[in-house]
Amino acid sequence: MATPSNPPNPTSKNAAAGKNAPAGSGFVYGPLIAGWLVPGGGHFLLRKWGRGALLAASILGMFLLGIAMQGKVYSNAHEILEYLALVGDLGNGLVYIFCRMFGFGADQVQVTTADYGTRFIVVAGLLNVIAAVDAHNLRTGRKA
Amino acid sequence: MIFRPSHFAAVVLFALFTSVVFGITQRETPRRMVHYGLYCFALFVGSAIVLSWVMYLIAR
Repeated sequence: MATPSNPPNPTSKNAAAGKNAPAGSGFVYGPLIAGWLVPGGGHFLLRKWGRGALLAASILGMFLLGIAMQGKVYSNAHEILEYLALVGDLGNGLVYIFCRMFGFGADQVQVTTADYGTRFIVVAGLLNVIAAVDAHNLRTGRKA
Repeated sequence: MIFRPSHFAAVVLFALFTSVVFGITQRETPRRMVHYGLYCFALFVGSAIVLSWVMYLIAR
């Protein structure tokens, strides 16, 4: 007579995510917050060094190229599109705060490439949010 | 330092960085990440070229 097989362990496929704690237990928002503050930080926290390095290089590269193109760093907003761009900029976390502190980035778009740069900065922030959510999914076990 | 890329260089850089992040975050295994990243890169650059030609032909 066949015996029923053991049910799969829901935490086994996520053993790599969080070496010391099973997936989904404890404070699961650490990688999300770290990933938002520092590009790739959430993956570094989960010891996903390769993924974290690639994400950090891509997001920081995009942000720095945006700054080098004299892209605008939004500090306030008066209309809906500016609000959306500001939200995107805030997605860059500490990098955005440092740029605001040290005055990097343009206040106004004056050349054509600055418009590209502005989009690069906004999209870098949005990509950083995607990366942070990915780190959170790894931590909770939603993704292997 | 001021960086002033051409339209096409900006498209390629944008596609490169975005495809890397999409590949890593939207797929689970490294092989599928690479494939999806290349797929996104081709779609970004390809669609930019096609739309550029469409706009060029409309403007004539």
